[in-house]
Amino acid sequence: MANAPKQQARPAGGRAGMKKELPEHFKAYRHVWVFIEYEHGHVHPVSLELLGEGRKLAEKLDVEVVGVLLGGDKSELEAAATEVYEHGADVLYQVADPMLAHYRNETYTKCLTDLVNTYKPEILLLGATTLGRDLAGSVATTLATGLTADCTELAIDDDRSLAATRPTFGGSLLCTIYTLNFRPQMATVRPRVMAMPKREPGRTGRLIEHPLNMAEEDVVTKVLRFVADRDSNKVQLAFADIVVAGGLGLRSAENFQLVKDLAEVLGAEYGCSRPLVQKGWVPAERQIGQTGKTIRPKLYIAAGISGAIQHRVGVEGADLIVAINSDPNAPIFDFAHLGVVADALEVLPALTRAFAKHLSVNRLAG
Amino acid sequence: MQIVVCIKQVPDSAQIRVHPVTNTIMRQGVPTIINPYDLFALEEALRLRDKSGGEVTVLSMGPPMAEDSLRKALTFGADRAVLLTDRFFAGSDTLATSFSLSQAIKKIGEVWGAPSIVFTGKQTIDGDTAQVGPGIATRLNLNQLTYVAKIGPIDREGGTIEVERRAEGGVQVLQTKLPVLITMLEGTNEMRRGSLSAALSAAKADVTVWNAADIGIEDVTKCGLRGSPTVVKRVFAPTPREEKAEQLPVGGKSPDEIADTLMNEIFSRHQTIEDDLMNFAAGQ
Ligand SMILES: Cc1cc2nc3c(=O)[nH]c(=O)nc-3n(C[C@H](O)[C@H](O)[C@H](O)COP(=O)(O)OP(=O)(O)OC[C@H]3O[C@@H](n4cnc5c(N)ncnc54)[C@H](O)[C@@H]3O)c2cc1C
Ligand SMILES: Cc1cc2nc3c(=O)[nH]c(=O)nc-3n(C[C@H](O)[C@H](O)[C@H](O)COP(=O)(O)OP(=O)(O)OC[C@H]3O[C@@H](n4cnc5c(N)ncnc54)[C@H](O)[C@@H]3O)c2cc1C
Repeated sequence: MANAPKQQARPAGGRAGMKKELPEHFKAYRHVWVFIEYEHGHVHPVSLELLGEGRKLAEKLDVEVVGVLLGGDKSELEAAATEVYEHGADVLYQVADPMLAHYRNETYTKCLTDLVNTYKPEILLLGATTLGRDLAGSVATTLATGLTADCTELAIDDDRSLAATRPTFGGSLLCTIYTLNFRPQMATVRPRVMAMPKREPGRTGRLIEHPLNMAEEDVVTKVLRFVADRDSNKVQLAFADIVVAGGLGLRSAENFQLVKDLAEVLGAEYGCSRPLVQKGWVPAERQIGQTGKTIRPKLYIAAGISGAIQHRVGVEGADLIVAINSDPNAPIFDFAHLGVVADALEVLPALTRAFAKHLSVNRLAG
Repeated sequence: MQIVVCIKQVPDSAQIRVHPVTNTIMRQGVPTIINPYDLFALEEALRLRDKSGGEVTVLSMGPPMAEDSLRKALTFGADRAVLLTDRFFAGSDTLATSFSLSQAIKKIGEVWGAPSIVFTGKQTIDGDTAQVGPGIATRLNLNQLTYVAKIGPIDREGGTIEVERRAEGGVQVLQTKLPVLITMLEGTNEMRRGSLSAALSAAKADVTVWNAADIGIEDVTKCGLRGSPTVVKRVFAPTPREEKAEQLPVGGKSPDEIADTLMNEIFSRHQTIEDDLMNFAAGQ
């Protein structure tokens, strides 16, 4: 155990932190930090969303919003730094080192824990992406502090504690979690859960550079290659702006073609409910829901899907949910924005025709 | 090669209710299953063992009834099962869970040989944090490979392993040294059906049961509720959304008329969809 987490002295009485008794050495921890996820030349939108959320928390606490940006090359990070200030950071801690050019757990964990131990934030937010979850779990364990996953709401209590609310049991329950007696209070948030703050061009902040202090020989894991999804034929469900999906109401594998047809006209990805995967009509990578993909498109069209809770939790982040279902009492109408009580086998091809026509007419006109 | 697979017993349904008076989660009466994500890890482990020999140990922390899930794992072909159960483990958050599990993995290593790979699922369907895997890796200083979609060549002499890892917007191909902790992505394989003989021997097999003392935990304030920095203050059911879907009038209309109305409604309700589509169509 190289980074054996030090167990801080527990408050007397045992039951961890049911009462707030923040140990003396944590009282100096200040400011709201946002880990800026930067890869392949881009800042992940979730980090900018978190800067917006961090701003709200920081105002309540009367502290600063701090971005933490790690990357391979100083000059390459400049554009990202500007983006970070313009989305609300007052301060930027930056570590530029060729060893940080690609995300690796070892280097990033060491770097972020060092920064935390040096500059002592009271709150540390990360995106709940594959990178953010990989990193947050290691950092929280190394620091022996609490980490609340996939929060949908963050608030500050009167005593300055972070109240982090998150769904559990597949979305059927919510709970509010505190990290009362440890610092920093860590939380992850999924993309598109928090609103994107307005960019303020020209806004700037203080840059503080920090060294990595690691040697490549000491890092065991090597990144051999990165295959971008756009270069392979990978399904992009999770990132698609429009998703069309079908369920058992389509009745046969052949009818599922109607979903694909509409998706094609819209340049959308297509997906399905779980039973269609179980029946072998559609490959597993297309399943949407709790045990499939979580999607956050601008538009989600669900045809012949009843809207079970396990499906619902995978699609609730969509901006606009349209449901086509022959049963006016189908649960999907409880969370869809727009409902069409009709036969999907008729409406789907009609929609494909309508969009195809609209697009071709306007293309000729344009 | 020794492999440990961590499995969690979870409620079979996402429909869990909160007790109206005590405000606690009511798990009673809800059937339990092996966390579905863990089956991908288990199957991957069994395949590695079938190919290159060794043993698969399944490990679960939970109440005594979690033995059911371990027995189920034995019917799929795991070689042995270890149940961690103790009242001191109750109320663990992910930090405390990873502490107890890593202590147990050390002990498994002492008794049956140190594992080259520790597997966990991607996440659970109840707590759903995906934090326990990274927690174990950090505590045991194992090289951490999360969201693994494919396990590539393992060079047992050189002690290296190559994997494909799902990253944001692509796949990372990573090479690292054994021992590793792998959290296995869903949909990567299909769970085998257990054989009849495995089922029969599983029914008779002994499940090793350890408590906190058995795995060398002297300071019980590191586990369970006391070892958990996070505190769940409130559990509540989401307020159902007030407005239900606005129903498009469909009476007496043809599918094409419905489709036209629907398309226009979509455009009027979202600022950018129509423009996005035009750009998409123009690019075709
Ligand atoms: C642990 C667990 C995990 C799960 N994970 C997932 C998951 O990730 N994703 C998922 O989707 N499910 C998941 N499920 C399954 C989920 O509970 C539901 O069983 C499933 O979503 C139902 O699929 P469906 O809506 O396609 O089918 P059904 O529930 O059978 O619904 C079919 C719908 O089609 C309508 N219909 C019928 N004919 C027509 C027609 N001609 N035109 C229009 N509508 C019509 C019906 O009114 C009905 O509402 C999970 C279940 C469990 C227990
Ligand atoms: C409503 C609710 C909300 C919670 N929120 C948080 C939170 O935000 N932060 C937090 O720290 N804790 C939280 N917890 C506690 C957390 O659920 C427990 O720590 C749990 O023991 C493990 O976390 P998980 O279910 O999220 O597992 P995950 O981290 O999602 O599990 C990943 C993998 O680890 C392995 N694993 C997990 N648990 C076990 C086990 N008991 N035995 C064997 N293998 C296992 C499995 O292979 C699993 O696939 C919450 C609990 C509840 C009831």
